[in-house]
Amino acid sequence: MKKQLSQNMGFGFLFLCIGTALFFLGSIIYFIAIRGFRILSWDFITQVPREAMTAGGVAPAIVGTLYLTMGAIIVALPLGVACAIYLTEYSPKSFVVNIIRMSINNLAGVPSVVFGLFGLAIFVKLFGFGVSILAGCCTLGILVLPQIISASQEALLAVPQSYREASLALGATHWQTIRSTVLPAALPGILTGVILSIGRVAGETAPILFTAATFYTRGYPSSIFSEVMALPYHIYALMTEGTHPQEQTQIAYGCALILLALVLAISAAAIIIRQRHRKSYEQ
Amino acid sequence: MYRIKEKIYKGIFSFLAFASLIFLVGITTTLFLEGLPVFKEVGFFDFIFGKSWYPTYEPPEFGILPLILGSLWVTFGAVLFCVPIGVGSALFINELASKRVKAVLKPIIEILAGIPSIVYGFFGMVIVAPFIQRLLGLPVGLTAFTGSLMLGIMATPTVCSISEDALSFVPRSFREASLAVGANRWQTLTKVIFPAAASGISTSIILGMSRAVGETMTVLMVTGGAAVIPHTFFQPVRPMTSTIAAEMGEAVMGGTHYNSLFAIGLILFLITLVFNVIAELISRRFRKKLGLGR
Repeated sequence: MKKQLSQNMGFGFLFLCIGTALFFLGSIIYFIAIRGFRILSWDFITQVPREAMTAGGVAPAIVGTLYLTMGAIIVALPLGVACAIYLTEYSPKSFVVNIIRMSINNLAGVPSVVFGLFGLAIFVKLFGFGVSILAGCCTLGILVLPQIISASQEALLAVPQSYREASLALGATHWQTIRSTVLPAALPGILTGVILSIGRVAGETAPILFTAATFYTRGYPSSIFSEVMALPYHIYALMTEGTHPQEQTQIAYGCALILLALVLAISAAAIIIRQRHRKSYEQ
Repeated sequence: MYRIKEKIYKGIFSFLAFASLIFLVGITTTLFLEGLPVFKEVGFFDFIFGKSWYPTYEPPEFGILPLILGSLWVTFGAVLFCVPIGVGSALFINELASKRVKAVLKPIIEILAGIPSIVYGFFGMVIVAPFIQRLLGLPVGLTAFTGSLMLGIMATPTVCSISEDALSFVPRSFREASLAVGANRWQTLTKVIFPAAASGISTSIILGMSRAVGETMTVLMVTGGAAVIPHTFFQPVRPMTSTIAAEMGEAVMGGTHYNSLFAIGLILFLITLVFNVIAELISRRFRKKLGLGR
């Protein structure tokens, strides 16, 4: 009897836990969706801000976020895939490889604001990029590097060993095997990893605070050396700067909705692709 | 001919593989170079244990104890919230959810882990803070408690999905053996499966804490930003991360204030480094214990 009671109470508690978690996370999405929809319109997405940020749209911020995200991926993708290829295809089990592994893990845990400091000292100051898209992309690229490495590694490890053996048995060299057999097979996995990290980069704010972002530009950025508006930073700036808190909060709701929809859609797509892909291996 | 080409490719890849190491070393060096002057000018003890942070006053004071305590309070509060809920949710998904529910819940949790921190900060500022202020009759809603709550909600999906991974590594035979000797499901869960996964779960907690300490935008927006030593959960605090984010814009490049923000970054970096190394060591032992190789 007592056994049964404690089981029921225990399971009840677990139910409460998952309920609380889903309630809080659900209510964030609910509030932002409901209030964001009020302000959302075609003009809001395609127009530049007007009248001291109280009217018009947020198009430059959307465009800025797209630039920064793409740039970061361009920086991180070749490096990340190359590193993953080395670790899974070439690496001898050695001290050096262990050090590389550890540094990837630790880089993944560095707080995002510290990346911002690094970007400020190195890219903005030392390399003289100034506060610019380029500096922001480099900073964000380093930030997502660990994620891209581990996603690519997972994808490469999932390629059956028999593929490699078959290719080598046909007389292909190591590099030919990697290029023509292993990489194509791992490509869907690598791509999902990349898509997931796009979601992360798009929402990052702290690393671009001092390296790329600005509250207001008159139009769209003209070169990779210009400052940009970005959605996440724009939300922060709308809430903390400016002189019309009420109107600005409404616009911030709109920005938050666009950002949230963007990030959630991207990561949902990646996760669905990944599940399909995993199933195809299992069969 | 082929052999040379092969060697060249291998050389290129092994060189590129060092990128992470180079960046990590670069970050460490940068923080030391830009941060160390402060320890000379202000003094190591006065900097770490100084009780007042007035970088723009004349004369300025650079004591970061209030900031460190602010970070610790907020992180501690977040852990109190996210550990029971995250681990409980993981146990639910692992033990109680049917296959179909699991197939839906796991990806949902993973997607939720990707909500940007700025969204949590914004939500905390416009919805949660006014609510808490009214509910508890406080002078301001932007407090350490609000920050803890938002960080806790934010870290819950991370804690949940890593714990769930750890639980799913426990071999089926453990459960079957326990049920076979007459234990019920709750006893099996608490006395067999949970202990077997405990070190994996503790990794999730440490990583959750590391995320909470290093989180910037959320705390910047909801903790109120007063650099005073906190006495209760219901007063504004100013954690280390938000100090860096809020003040870097106004600090003069190369000045003591600028350097001290890098020194705060250095301390933050070292704290998270320690967390990550501990998590790594624990998870290695966990894998060895369950015979998972690597």
